[in-house]
Amino acid sequence: MTETLQIINPAGEKVGKAPRVKREVLLRMYRAMASVRHFDDRCMKLQRTGRIGFSIPNLGIEAVSVGAAATLDPECDWIAPSYRDFGMAFFHGISVEKMMDTQFGNGEDHNKGRQMPVHFTFLDPIRFLSISSPIGTHLPQAVGVAMAMQRKQEKGVCLVSFGDGGTSSLGFHSGLNFAGVYKAPVVFLCQNNQWAISCPLEKQTASESIAIKGEAYGIPGVRVDGNDVLAVYRAVRDAVKKAREGGGPTLIEAVTMRMGGHSTSDDPSRYVDQELMEEWKLKDPLKRFREYLFAEGLLDEAGVEALDQELSEQIQAAAKAAAAKPRPGLETIFSDVYETFPAHLQVQRDQCIQHFAGRDESVNEEGEFPL
Amino acid sequence: MSKLTLVQAVNDGLRTKMQEDASVLVLGEDVGPKGGVFLATEGLTAEFGEERCFDTPLSEDGIIGVGIGMAMNGMRPVCEIQFQDFIFPAFDQIVSEAAKMRYRSGGQYSVPMVIRTPYGGGIRGGLYHSQSGEAYFAHTAGLKVVIPSNPHDAKGLLISAIEDPDPVLFMEPKALYRAFRQEVPEGKYSVPLGSAQTLREGDDAVVFCYGAMVPVCQEAAGRIAEQKGQEVRVVDLRTLLPLDEDAVLDAAKACGRVVVVHEAPRFCGYGAELSALIAEHAIEYMEAPIVRVTGFDTPFPNTLEHYYLPDARRVTDALERVLDF
Ligand SMILES: Cc1ncc(C[n+]2csc(CCOP(=O)(O)OP(=O)(O)O)c2C)c(N)n1
Ligand SMILES: [Mg+2]
Repeated sequence: MTETLQIINPAGEKVGKAPRVKREVLLRMYRAMASVRHFDDRCMKLQRTGRIGFSIPNLGIEAVSVGAAATLDPECDWIAPSYRDFGMAFFHGISVEKMMDTQFGNGEDHNKGRQMPVHFTFLDPIRFLSISSPIGTHLPQAVGVAMAMQRKQEKGVCLVSFGDGGTSSLGFHSGLNFAGVYKAPVVFLCQNNQWAISCPLEKQTASESIAIKGEAYGIPGVRVDGNDVLAVYRAVRDAVKKAREGGGPTLIEAVTMRMGGHSTSDDPSRYVDQELMEEWKLKDPLKRFREYLFAEGLLDEAGVEALDQELSEQIQAAAKAAAAKPRPGLETIFSDVYETFPAHLQVQRDQCIQHFAGRDESVNEEGEFPL
Repeated sequence: MSKLTLVQAVNDGLRTKMQEDASVLVLGEDVGPKGGVFLATEGLTAEFGEERCFDTPLSEDGIIGVGIGMAMNGMRPVCEIQFQDFIFPAFDQIVSEAAKMRYRSGGQYSVPMVIRTPYGGGIRGGLYHSQSGEAYFAHTAGLKVVIPSNPHDAKGLLISAIEDPDPVLFMEPKALYRAFRQEVPEGKYSVPLGSAQTLREGDDAVVFCYGAMVPVCQEAAGRIAEQKGQEVRVVDLRTLLPLDEDAVLDAAKACGRVVVVHEAPRFCGYGAELSALIAEHAIEYMEAPIVRVTGFDTPFPNTLEHYYLPDARRVTDALERVLDF
């Protein structure tokens, strides 16, 4: 079995060689991880009270997205995220207000209310590509972004993240295959949270690890403790450096655990063993990093409390603001299909607007998402 | 008889065939212990074991390809694609392989396989949990395409689909999964593929529909009766391929005014085929232009999905147009 890199053990003790990271960056990482937790918690509450339709918990995998994102340079690097990468957005300072706008699908949402919640898209302050529901489609796209960087002689890399389930998709195969052939400056990050909805890892693959799958494509595979933010940081930093220097792609498997349901609609008690959850609770990535920062003298209880207070208020205010914003206008159903507005869509738009104009009978807004 | 929802009727249909025929298998993502994300396969692994109802890796291409292989070798696989929106990695297997196997092998091999998949909007699922892709598949010779609109038909059509010697795409209107209950006979019965059903009689106009648009059209027909005192016939196609052409033409000729409804986009949608069929064979009976009510020619939105989906008002407007022409 491929070795699993660990730097901070579950007790928060340093057991490996820590990467050199500036104090300020370490604290930013902690802040991003804590933000994910608060945002997640708020979204679950919003969903339960019927304010938003759906959300995807990120609980338990905060270290994977934050540790990885912290290695990127927003000036030149791109992210092709999965839907469990709130942490990448938070680390790079994407505004929580904008994220809440997508959760509500309101008129100020960057996606114009066309996508479900958690399908974020951002251009600033880092290229954070539009999340797609179809699993695995973004892997070859990320390789294409990286191949364009090669051709334009840019120094950027593309980080693409996906789940263990995603390794069964067609895109995983074609993405790794192309990246290997063209030595594309891309980093493949698999968030192995051991579940694809109700399908456990052993039914997803008979391979001894996901990291080892890189070998067949001529790509080195690395396995890290996904609940150890510094281990993730070190592995991704090395892979990014290598890619930037023309050394080609790396496949990183971050081993973690989905702590709860697949989404707000999933009931994991039907298929997840509770004992396993209890075991993994002890490996909590946020607590572990906090203990480490305490031990290093970089953070204290009072600092944690103040931060929690600040984030909780900020996120609650963002949710309130997003809820109050008007929904997208009817014309957004028809715009952006093409760059220019074709005649047949102008006709359909006008008919739609006319149809609803002046009718006070409200439209049925029901519908509950099952997965 | 018991009162079942549409999704329970699907479950009952699967169970009925699995009890009767050991070659019937169910495979797909999350169909095992979880019972499917909509619970259509609930309890099947417990009753029939993992050999007969099993979870697969996250690969639609794999699910359908494996289904084809099993079907060619004596099994009767029922493959579940979790959402019709995720069927496209398997498009090659369905369109190039399953649909053409009998033809290209001169009838030596066949693929008696069912692909079940929920389709359509109404659950706040955005672009990729809402689409209606029937036209892509109805364009494919060698496939059959079935869409039930109620629990009774769902079970009866599913049983026919499983018994059919050719590949059947069985599209389930997820918006109706739990919308209402209906008496469903216990045990085995079948509703034949390729036969439409008249759900409401009338001679003033006819509306052709299927799946989740059926209750919408019934509501519109009711409104017309109330408001105008005119009687609109409602025909549920039930099978899109092969189409019950006689039923369509008979109704079109008898009523002379036609509205066609689907939630999929209009351009090259299934309604175009129906309109062309009627224009070719019954134009002389038409008292008004054939009108289509459809989704718009855009991707499927999220926040505004209920403005995208045809509703009873849009259908009523279209019926008024043809009635007043
Ligand atoms: C092509 C495709 N098939 C099925 C689905 C439905 N689906 C959504 S998430 C998911 C499981 C994904 O598991 P994994 O890749 O491990 O990511 P995780 O949710 O665990 O982060 C499935 C099957 C989908 N979105 N796309
Ligand atoms: Mg997973």
